Amino acid sequence: MRPRVWWAVFALRCKNALQYRTAAWAGVCTQFAWGFMLIMLYQAFYRSNAQQSMQFSQLVSYVWLHQAFFAIVNTYARDGEIGEMVISGQVAYELCRPQDLYFIWYARLLAQRFAAALLRFPPVVLVALLLPQPYGLLPPASPWHLLLFLLTLALACLLITAISMIMHTLVFKLMNLLSAMAVLSVFAEFLSGDILPVPFMPPWLRAVSYCLPFRYCADLPFRVYSGSIGLQEAALSVGVQLFWILLLGLLGHAFLSKQLKNVVVQGG
Amino acid sequence: MLITLENIGKDYVVHRKLPGHVLKRERTLVRALGEVSFSIDRGEIVGYIGPNGAGKSTTIKIMSGILTPDRGLCRVDGRIPHKVRKEHVRHIGVVFGQRSSLWWDVPVIDSFNLLRDIYGVDKERYGRTLRRLSEMLDLGPLLRTPARQLSLGQRMRCEVAAALLHEPDILFLDEPTIGLDAVSKLAVRDFILEINRERGVTVLLTTHDMHDIEALAKRVMLLGKGALLYDGSLEAIRERYAGEKQLSLRYARGRLPDRLEGAQIVQADIGHATLRFDPSKTSAQRLFAQLSQLVELRDVSIQEAPLETVMATLYKEMGL
Repeated sequence: MRPRVWWAVFALRCKNALQYRTAAWAGVCTQFAWGFMLIMLYQAFYRSNAQQSMQFSQLVSYVWLHQAFFAIVNTYARDGEIGEMVISGQVAYELCRPQDLYFIWYARLLAQRFAAALLRFPPVVLVALLLPQPYGLLPPASPWHLLLFLLTLALACLLITAISMIMHTLVFKLMNLLSAMAVLSVFAEFLSGDILPVPFMPPWLRAVSYCLPFRYCADLPFRVYSGSIGLQEAALSVGVQLFWILLLGLLGHAFLSKQLKNVVVQGG
Repeated sequence: MLITLENIGKDYVVHRKLPGHVLKRERTLVRALGEVSFSIDRGEIVGYIGPNGAGKSTTIKIMSGILTPDRGLCRVDGRIPHKVRKEHVRHIGVVFGQRSSLWWDVPVIDSFNLLRDIYGVDKERYGRTLRRLSEMLDLGPLLRTPARQLSLGQRMRCEVAAALLHEPDILFLDEPTIGLDAVSKLAVRDFILEINRERGVTVLLTTHDMHDIEALAKRVMLLGKGALLYDGSLEAIRERYAGEKQLSLRYARGRLPDRLEGAQIVQADIGHATLRFDPSKTSAQRLFAQLSQLVELRDVSIQEAPLETVMATLYKEMGL
């Protein structure tokens, strides 16, 4: 356990990612376009049938928060360098250092999400707050909701990174990062509520999504903010998030260790 | 003995597609190392040579602990590398010339500082080592540059420094001079000699550049087809396999015939010529006697065969 090293990797990676400001601006523009498109789509939908499991204002908040923190919650963010390292055999070099590669890579992936979100969320949130109702982002339901939103979002970031680590480790098996991601990210994306908010799913699918870790990466924090999920349920969900982070972290660590052992036995 | 290898062997599993089949593939074992044994003493610089695919890198990976041997015993400073990899790698430095350990997009100094944290090097000590290294390798302005903007030579100097920030006792260099220009090559060579002299670092380097070996290593190990074929001085190889020597001469009066007994005319012009002869078959005296009857010799010089030619002869003779 070497928190100092993890922090150093995290900081270095953030510093690196913060250089790409033009890409961030392009991202912000995409986020706005998507946000408006979704809101108009749902507005038409609500007009034809106003009886929905989420209030329209809650849905609008959900959409804007999702767009603002897209860099944190998206399931297919990938670190090409890690894929390259595995495929080229460069990973052998990493084994020449007294380090636990899981935590080093985890810190890299976490920093990538964190830094990208740091650049993108302020303009989206700011503009969305200023938009006229019913198209704008409303303030949080209460200070407690805001607090729990921030907590669940931070944990969501840790959780999605743990999932992403497993996807990146799959490269050892599949020898291609893109296909390794494609295996899981489609399911993950749908079940996390990235495409369709979980309340809109049929009851059985909702039940499935509650049993899996993915909705705790996006659906949970964004709905906590607007009060679509109550304080009590949110507090309980924090426990579920912690459970998944621990479980998937341990699984991911074991999986990577096994792959690295294979490299050591068979040659890089 | 600091490093001992006893009957080390390693096979790789290779899957080959069978022609004509879509899914079927054939599993074959490729023997990378047969039975290799040697030992290296503290403070030695050993050159590790051999044609491509001889198993040099495999040996280095086994000694670094990142590859498990299938047979035999490898001990480095009392440790069995692959069993205690994380502890072991604290005491060694490794440079793979064909790979990079530096972070691509950030200034070199950031990669260095990260290594300091990974190895847990004391701040003051690190500062001293870094100053010394950047002096010796002339890194000054490079440290602030992202690795991707460095030339190959500059990058390699940084790689070598990166491998030494934690002051290891043993340094494994896998083709550290590959692709470098003359200046960078000399810088890296001088540096290796200096840390060996100053701190007694034990160095094992693989290279295809015989001048590296000539400049650095008193001892050469030749690996071919997974077996150790020679272990001794470079001089002995040269004497044994030098074979032909080259004779350049300038002369006044007279003419050289088209053919000479016991020598081959490589190039001839009016007044000067280059010959090649094998001293074990034709003595220099006999050749001179023959020449002095034909022309009036003004100046002669005899050169050893180039080292590359010597090695090519050696590899050929050993069936590599």
